[in-house]
Amino acid sequence: MSEKPLSFQGLFLKLHDYWSRQGCTIVQAYDVEVGAGTLSPMTVLRALGPKPWKVAYVQPSRRPADGRYGENPNRLHQHHQYQVILKPNPPNLQELYLGSLEAIGIDPMVHDLRFVEDDWENPTVGAWGLGWEVWCDGMEITQYTYFQQVGGLDVFPVAGELTYGLERLALYLQNKESVYELQYNDEFTYGDIFLANEQQFSAFELEVADVATFQRQFQDMERMVPEILNSRGRQGQSLVLPAYDHVLKASHLFNIMDARGAIAVAERQSYIGRIRDLCKLCAEAWTAQQGENA
Amino acid sequence: MPQLLLELFSEEIPARMQAQAARDLERMAREALSKEGFLPEALKTFAGPRRLTLVAEGLPPAQADRHEERKGPRVNAPEQAIEGFLRSTGLTREQLIERDGVYFAHLHKAGRPTPAIVAEIVEAIVRNFPWPKSMVSGTSRLRWVRPLKRILCVFDGEVVPFAIEGIESGDLTEGHRFMGSREPIRVRDFDQYQDGLARNFVVLDPEERKERIMDAARTLCFARNFELVEDEGLLDEVAGLAEWPTPVMGEMDPAFLDLPPEVIRTSMRVHQRYFAVRDPKTGFLVPHFVTVANIEATDGGATIAKGNAKVLTARLSDARYFWNEDLKVRLEDRLEKLKGVTFHAKLGTMYERVERITALAETLAPFVGADKDKTVLAARLAKADLVSGMVGEFPELQGIMGAYYADKEGLDPAVVAAIREHYRPQGPTDDVPTEPVAAAVALADKLDTLVSFFGIDEKPTGSKDPFALRRAALGVIRILLQSRTRLPLKTVASPDLLAFFADRLKVLLREQGQRHDLVDAVFALGDDDLVRIVSRVDHLDRFLGSEDGKNLLAGFKRAGNILKAEEKKGPLPSGEPVPMSNAPAEESALINMVGHVQLQVEKALTHEDFEGAMRELANLRAPVDAFFDKVLVNSEVPEERDNRLRLLVKVRDAMGRVADFSQVTG
Repeated sequence: MSEKPLSFQGLFLKLHDYWSRQGCTIVQAYDVEVGAGTLSPMTVLRALGPKPWKVAYVQPSRRPADGRYGENPNRLHQHHQYQVILKPNPPNLQELYLGSLEAIGIDPMVHDLRFVEDDWENPTVGAWGLGWEVWCDGMEITQYTYFQQVGGLDVFPVAGELTYGLERLALYLQNKESVYELQYNDEFTYGDIFLANEQQFSAFELEVADVATFQRQFQDMERMVPEILNSRGRQGQSLVLPAYDHVLKASHLFNIMDARGAIAVAERQSYIGRIRDLCKLCAEAWTAQQGENA
Repeated sequence: MPQLLLELFSEEIPARMQAQAARDLERMAREALSKEGFLPEALKTFAGPRRLTLVAEGLPPAQADRHEERKGPRVNAPEQAIEGFLRSTGLTREQLIERDGVYFAHLHKAGRPTPAIVAEIVEAIVRNFPWPKSMVSGTSRLRWVRPLKRILCVFDGEVVPFAIEGIESGDLTEGHRFMGSREPIRVRDFDQYQDGLARNFVVLDPEERKERIMDAARTLCFARNFELVEDEGLLDEVAGLAEWPTPVMGEMDPAFLDLPPEVIRTSMRVHQRYFAVRDPKTGFLVPHFVTVANIEATDGGATIAKGNAKVLTARLSDARYFWNEDLKVRLEDRLEKLKGVTFHAKLGTMYERVERITALAETLAPFVGADKDKTVLAARLAKADLVSGMVGEFPELQGIMGAYYADKEGLDPAVVAAIREHYRPQGPTDDVPTEPVAAAVALADKLDTLVSFFGIDEKPTGSKDPFALRRAALGVIRILLQSRTRLPLKTVASPDLLAFFADRLKVLLREQGQRHDLVDAVFALGDDDLVRIVSRVDHLDRFLGSEDGKNLLAGFKRAGNILKAEEKKGPLPSGEPVPMSNAPAEESALINMVGHVQLQVEKALTHEDFEGAMRELANLRAPVDAFFDKVLVNSEVPEERDNRLRLLVKVRDAMGRVADFSQVTG
């Protein structure tokens, strides 16, 4: 590690710099609430279809059930994922990935880097792939996956996905115990910027959110997705992108209801299945638009 | 003779799949080679984190020529048939050979060069490799466990040229990802290969990696007067995670040592793949751990030790949170939550299962000699920890955590032990619970599983036993035998399940070296008391090992054969044999003896004195031998014949009270 560790901001800027040099398009975070960087249409939809795609972005990811009122050093209602998608995955993706770690100051001759089996799946979007958790000195810092299916459809050419947990990486690089102590940049700590968010959203998502309203909204989203998909744009196309936004909204509403403890164990699977069905509709419509999928 | 070296170099292969992959590679290569007529002098395979390797010694440079005679149609067969045969053999009619009116083709197959065959074999292996899970990557359709990067294939010092989905074979491999030259290594044979890898920080042989880990880890511990807590399963796994395994010792906050040692060890093993470390004098854990890194770090491992310690602290903090939270709720108060846990879709909730187990345990308690109240309490609470936070995190601590919580509640030690032990025995080498309350609950747990799944017709078939019913049955058998519990299984088991127990007992006795025909001979009697069955088998074995036993068995068989032959002609005469005035002395002697023996055998059997029963049977040996020696059963006088047949039936029946000797093969 260099003398002065990277700030939180320095960390993702370094990754931006590195991945843009590898030919990735850098886009901004998606502006609908998502639970993970994967769920952004920049990943879920773009992974499907025959077209090549290289992208990197920071995605604030909301996990209402993980909110701890800003009182837990590393559990957050919202954390940040650094997401990279390379489709088709280049044959040297592992080397490129390891290069990114060196770029942020992780020396592979000092730190123990490992690829430990982890088969990733996300049932709400009908996606799975094979890959690893990447460990640095025993800590999981990245989820590395070769997508095999998304929305229940085969992904071919295969997309490689790298998801870095930015807070975890920063805690490690800066050798801090609490995310709130992280230097965001030279001027602010992570706490200066995000503590108020954690406090307020935790209270809202765990105590205040009105379940009945959210349930209604969920049903609205569920109804709207097929309606939007069946509408046509001026070029005669199905409106997949707006439809998918509504899938994401449904997913987030579900997450909040879950955090409020309003989802019974028996209902859980059924909710997840409903979201997956909506996602599948979008995946199919998207693939049809992209031309033949493998 | 030439050597074949093959390496399939890929991205990281899951540790749990490596050993099987090495076996599969060996099997597939052997089968394919032998199909082509090759018998390598030696064939060995190795699996590691990034490679599968095969070396075969003593293959010829080319396949031997092969001659084959193929039978064709008859000489007078229709023209079409003969032409078809000529086409398939590539011969002309003049080249066919005629024998007994049939055409034969003599085919000469020239042997092909070995490399050409190797290329085909490798391609077939790669395309059909039985990975438990495989994937495609990039734009290639080739399925492999993770992306396949290189194929090294050298025969007799030369590259065997071929390509699979764009991957060309070559003579290059790679060493450690970070240490060594980080350049491809060219190799021409196995020695160069293994050396080249070793010089570039890769230990090829998994056994050597394990030794390396154990040696270094023990040394690290020894230097500080500690002792490594050895763990075979963990060792196998970490040996599959590093090509240059390098143990590093780290420290943890001693405050965590107040957690149960099982929790610390499980957290270390499951989450982090660390070995625990203990004080050899006290046996207690010390605040250290050993992690196995994949590099010799330039700072001597200080950063690695520190980083891993930090992660462990976070993990143990979570564990402590669960421990503290779990202690706030009594086991009894957790039962309600079991209503929300499905045991099996057709078998209801875990709560219902607990009710069944409790009722069963209460029934079983007197058979095992267990206190009824303690048994019922232990059975009721045995599954309560399934809904605790800690067991949610570490399912393998089921039972163990329940026992800790029960102990903290001040419950009776027998109840605590029963909660902890009731899953046992978990495998053929695991101990069985011996304390009566624990044995009763363990029996109830397993019998409920067996009765329930047999009830919904979910029986094991072939290699499929998804609910581990064989293990459960074996567990019941071992507990009953060890505690010498006299349980008539028919009171709990259906005929199906009883037959299943019989099968399992046979397997167990066979593994202990008992002849399975003797087991069959005893089972044929329809007994359902395992203790009695095993005792009878033991005595039967001893009896048949004696001279008397062997000869009596021969006599029995002879009687059996005669009776069988007679039965074919018509029903055997019924009734008792009677002393006939002009009967030979041997006949009368046997009639007397068998009557006497029958009475004595019955008497002995009521006391389960199998030794005595066998001793009585032994008295039959001399008169039976003498009878067959001197008396002709098939007398021309029908009354004599009938009487002698009655006598043989009586001998057979008397012996049949002890075992079904017709099942004995020896």
